[in-house]
Amino acid sequence: MRNKMVLFEVVRTALTIAIALLLGYLILIFATDDPNTAFKWFIYGPISRLRRFVELLNRATPLIFTGLAVSIVFQAEIFNIGAEGQLFFGAVAATFAALYFPQIPFLHVIIVLIFAMAAGGLWAAVPAYMKAKWNASELVSSLMMNYVAFYLGLYIINYHMRDVNAGFLVSYKFPRTAWLPRLLRRYNLYPGIFIALGFAILVWFFLYRTKYGYELRMVGKNKEFARFSGIKVENVIIYSQIISGMVAGLAGAVEIMGLYKRFVWQMTPGYGFDGIIVALLARNNPLAVIPAAFLVAYMRTGALIMGRMTGIAPEIVMMLQAIIILLITAEAFLSFWKKRIIEKAAMEQEEKK
Amino acid sequence: MNELVHGILSPQFFYSILRVTTPILFAALAALLSDVAGSTNIGIEGMMLMSAFWGVMVSAWTGSAWIGLLAGVTSSVLLSLALAYFYLNLKTDLVLAGIAFNIFSSGATVFLLYLFTGDKGSSSSLKSYVLPKIDIPLIKDIPVVGDILSGHHVLTYIAFISVFVVQYFIYKTPLGLRLRAVGENPDAAQSVGISVKKIRYISMLLSGLMAGFGGAFLSMGYVSWFARDMTNGRGFIGLAAQALGGHSAFGSMWGSLLFGLAEAASYTLQAIRIPSEFTNMLPFIFTIIALAIYARSKLLQIKKIKEEEKKA
Amino acid sequence: MKAIEMIDIVKVYPNGIVANKGVNFEVEEGEIHALVGENGAGKTTLMKILFGIEQPTSGEIRIFEKEVHIHSPHDAIAKGIGMVHQHFMLVPSFTVAENIVLGMEPKKGFSIDMDEAVKIVEEASKRYGLEVPPTERVLDLPVGIKQRIEILKALVRGAKILILDEPTAVLTPQETEELFVALKNLAKKGMTIIFISHKLKEVKEISDRVTVLRDGKTMGTFLTKDVSEEDISRLMVGRDVELVIERPEPKPGKIVLEVKNLNYFREDGVQVLKNVSFALREGEILGVAGVEGNGQRELVEILTGLRFGAIGSVRLLGEEILGYDAYTLRRKKIAHIPEDRVEKGAALKASIAENLISDRYYKEPFSKRLLLFPRKVIEYAKKAIKDFSIKTDSPLTPVGMLSGGNMQKVVVAREFTAGAKLLIADQPTRGIDVGSTEFVRKELIKVRDEGVAVLLVSADLQEILQLSDRIIVMYKGEIVGYFDKNEGLTEEELGYYMLGVKRHDENKIKEAFAL
Ligand SMILES: Nc1ncnc2c1ncn2[C@@H]1O[C@H](COP(=O)(O)OP(=O)(O)OP(=O)(O)O)[C@@H](O)[C@H]1O
Ligand SMILES: [Mg+2]
Repeated sequence: MRNKMVLFEVVRTALTIAIALLLGYLILIFATDDPNTAFKWFIYGPISRLRRFVELLNRATPLIFTGLAVSIVFQAEIFNIGAEGQLFFGAVAATFAALYFPQIPFLHVIIVLIFAMAAGGLWAAVPAYMKAKWNASELVSSLMMNYVAFYLGLYIINYHMRDVNAGFLVSYKFPRTAWLPRLLRRYNLYPGIFIALGFAILVWFFLYRTKYGYELRMVGKNKEFARFSGIKVENVIIYSQIISGMVAGLAGAVEIMGLYKRFVWQMTPGYGFDGIIVALLARNNPLAVIPAAFLVAYMRTGALIMGRMTGIAPEIVMMLQAIIILLITAEAFLSFWKKRIIEKAAMEQEEKK
Repeated sequence: MNELVHGILSPQFFYSILRVTTPILFAALAALLSDVAGSTNIGIEGMMLMSAFWGVMVSAWTGSAWIGLLAGVTSSVLLSLALAYFYLNLKTDLVLAGIAFNIFSSGATVFLLYLFTGDKGSSSSLKSYVLPKIDIPLIKDIPVVGDILSGHHVLTYIAFISVFVVQYFIYKTPLGLRLRAVGENPDAAQSVGISVKKIRYISMLLSGLMAGFGGAFLSMGYVSWFARDMTNGRGFIGLAAQALGGHSAFGSMWGSLLFGLAEAASYTLQAIRIPSEFTNMLPFIFTIIALAIYARSKLLQIKKIKEEEKKA
Repeated sequence: MKAIEMIDIVKVYPNGIVANKGVNFEVEEGEIHALVGENGAGKTTLMKILFGIEQPTSGEIRIFEKEVHIHSPHDAIAKGIGMVHQHFMLVPSFTVAENIVLGMEPKKGFSIDMDEAVKIVEEASKRYGLEVPPTERVLDLPVGIKQRIEILKALVRGAKILILDEPTAVLTPQETEELFVALKNLAKKGMTIIFISHKLKEVKEISDRVTVLRDGKTMGTFLTKDVSEEDISRLMVGRDVELVIERPEPKPGKIVLEVKNLNYFREDGVQVLKNVSFALREGEILGVAGVEGNGQRELVEILTGLRFGAIGSVRLLGEEILGYDAYTLRRKKIAHIPEDRVEKGAALKASIAENLISDRYYKEPFSKRLLLFPRKVIEYAKKAIKDFSIKTDSPLTPVGMLSGGNMQKVVVAREFTAGAKLLIADQPTRGIDVGSTEFVRKELIKVRDEGVAVLLVSADLQEILQLSDRIIVMYKGEIVGYFDKNEGLTEEELGYYMLGVKRHDENKIKEAFAL
């Protein structure tokens, strides 16, 4: 029966993606005279060249971080949606550390990363503390913290670290010691993706192989039960959010250290909200975050490549993305079929007895 | 400093509070109507956006702001029903579905805007119409009060009237009772033969209706065009305002006014040349502090009652 | 005429559990028909199918000899079926009247006509002899009244068939008596009643016929007067069950717990504990009798560090522990079987294994420093599942998929093996079947004989009388009765203390503390 269920999930996922793509194709028919070409680039674009594949990897990197961050709090049933602010502020802190700390090779990178994590953790600590201490809605406070992070960050960057010669609103360029170096000469591959994968394993290990992870999951499954069993629920509420904030803090820092080598955002990059999607797609499992992040990144990359090759607005793909997300997570979609499999298997088992 | 005091104490300032509160209040009421029946409508943002878009488009095509409003609200309601379908029939996670709908709306409006106008940023090339402002007889002649309360956009009045209607609806009508029953204990509602699904559909629909008004206000009152992602987080702010106010329409109103006050204040501060990054941040810091004080006082209140009784 | 025929009912839940495997069930019009069976036998499932909450996988249903398809409770109600559920289905913040008229609200203009609603409730209340306070919030009402509200809910909707799923689990003997009088009256008026209970004595007392389910199948339907309690339990469990537990003389040792002048005010200002004092020694069981809602819950929560703000003194082995949290008290070796296994005792979404270690996950062999060792946890869980005969096929099964009785066994397995000095058992056998009850009671005696001090809180008087070495009775937050041994004490006598009709004098009650 297990096998059958796995098969079912695979078939179902494939079918939903096929349906979503079909819908996407229909939308494209409205948007362009040559939907076939556009469609081809969307599907095939990200794997058509190594350079584009690297683009895909780089795009998945921050999504893995934020997906992990959100998974951690969601596993504890805490609705902290502050990853966006945490990563933004983490990136600002990283910029600060990159620009003002002594340029010791290797060590500098570590310091910058630690700064980003600390800033993200600090940002998450505010809603955490308010929740644990006064039972204030973390949904509201973390959302507010996102806006504060954004405007405060912009203020710091634009008024104190802005590179006036750059022609754009960006910070000074980081010294080389604060870069995440290129790994391939001709391609813009930087170690971000590997750090992200490492963190996925680390987070998985934390959740399932440490006693703090156990505490966190039990609080998520039933807070009253956890308290009753002698778990300090308030502590868990605080540390789970701080750890999540630290992971989120990396998302921004790693990207700017690897891709831009300076702070470039005047809009919030949106990875925090993407992280919610990734986490929910992955059902909050840190290892499943990896494929989920890749799926989302694939759609984005495909869209951009399609846009570059055909001039179609990549926004179309946002609709497609939404449809794919909806159908994949629609539990009852094709459920009659699932029900039949289960019923048949259960009855067969009964008869054997 | 003088300038600041002057800015804040002027009738215009209070007038602008009501103006900027309007879309937030609609969003908060939308949040409330879904929340009482036990479902969190994260998709308000997208519904508002959709309504703002169709309001502009249809008013431009038909030349009538009212038909535009109707179209906008209809689009928002349809979206809310679709969300309900995914949530209730296909059993999609409600939060995820809400986020997906927001993404969808953001993409769809830009795509359609481009399709219809050839512009991806805003609808400024179209001539669309706005809904009228209304002077209230008698009140408009009272000094100061008249300046603050009269001459608002028709939807601003509808928003504040809606507060009373919604409150009455939730707490006095049979349907409201059923909504609350489903929100508090769906099994209890089911046990007396109420269809939980149907009630949740209705609550989503009403939520979509409110969101639709909020969106229409943005593009047909607050400004007179559509711009991509013009809701700018107001749907979420509405959710936050409702969370502050609990299950009461008045609570939602006070929460919304708090945000409105902060937003209006930030515009006033900008006028005296404080960096906009700073002034934009203020409403949110303000809210965090308010939330902390509110939550803390609620906690202390409980403790205090306990202690007093111990003494007695 | 046959009121109900359920023929060859099969139900497969979405998780693959087959709860009904071809059940046949028939009820005559106007009879009181008992439905019994072990935990997880499929009683509730069968009734949920009848009431339209669940759909059968296959099978046929006839109501008053007409074939029907019941798709929802709405359909069921329209066909004259009413159901009082195992867990109350009331909206806590609503008034009694609001709960009863919900879904059939009388209207005045656009508003609900509250006066009319109250009138409807009062009339029904009078007609059926079920008294309720129409304008009070359900939240604060005692369970006996909540039950009446549930019954009235069904009656005002014109029920001709009334299903009661374990209605007496939480009632006192007196309340049960009152309920039975009302039920017999209804039956006399032609109402068909289905009555589910694990208390066979009640089944004997009230029902005309009884149907036994075992493992999702019908074992047979009998005239109640033809079968004894022993017969029924044998049919249910498939073996002989000891309905009376052997209790050797206690050998009490030193004092473990001393509670002195404990007072507590709830958030809403009501004083729920008044000068409560008692002591408890190792190797004995102190029974706390009382109707639910007379301060027992608060007492237990204070003693286990889940509720704060009480005044007075609580000493564990001489050390003052009042105000400590559960974290600390667990480490001072207090174990706790909570009254509510679903809310506190277990995490339903977590696996059996994860539930079994929730109070000891930080200790070896389960973890060391930071690390947790899942393999050790699973090994341990497998053993516990065997030792406590928990019915499941894997330690990784989520607890929520177990039946009520097996869920309770998971909780009991954890708390009995906690190595505690003090075990607080709050309603340890509520809603569990005769077989599991026998098991839990034997375990309680066993840990007592191993030297654990046991505080047994129960609304089941039979249980209190069978297991306790000493008994205190609580009424409105006070100890109103104290029995230093329970020979010759009857349920009726205890019941009088529980209802506040009788009370001991001060000096007798002081003996509960002075050992
Ligand atoms: N919603 C559900 N989903 C999956 N399995 C369920 C569900 N409800 C019950 N079960 C399973 O079906 C079986 C029968 O459960 P049911 O509640 O009908 O038993 P019961 O006879 O009422 O037991 P009890 O005396 O404990 O109330 C059990 O094995 C239980 O675990
Ligand atoms: Mg049952």
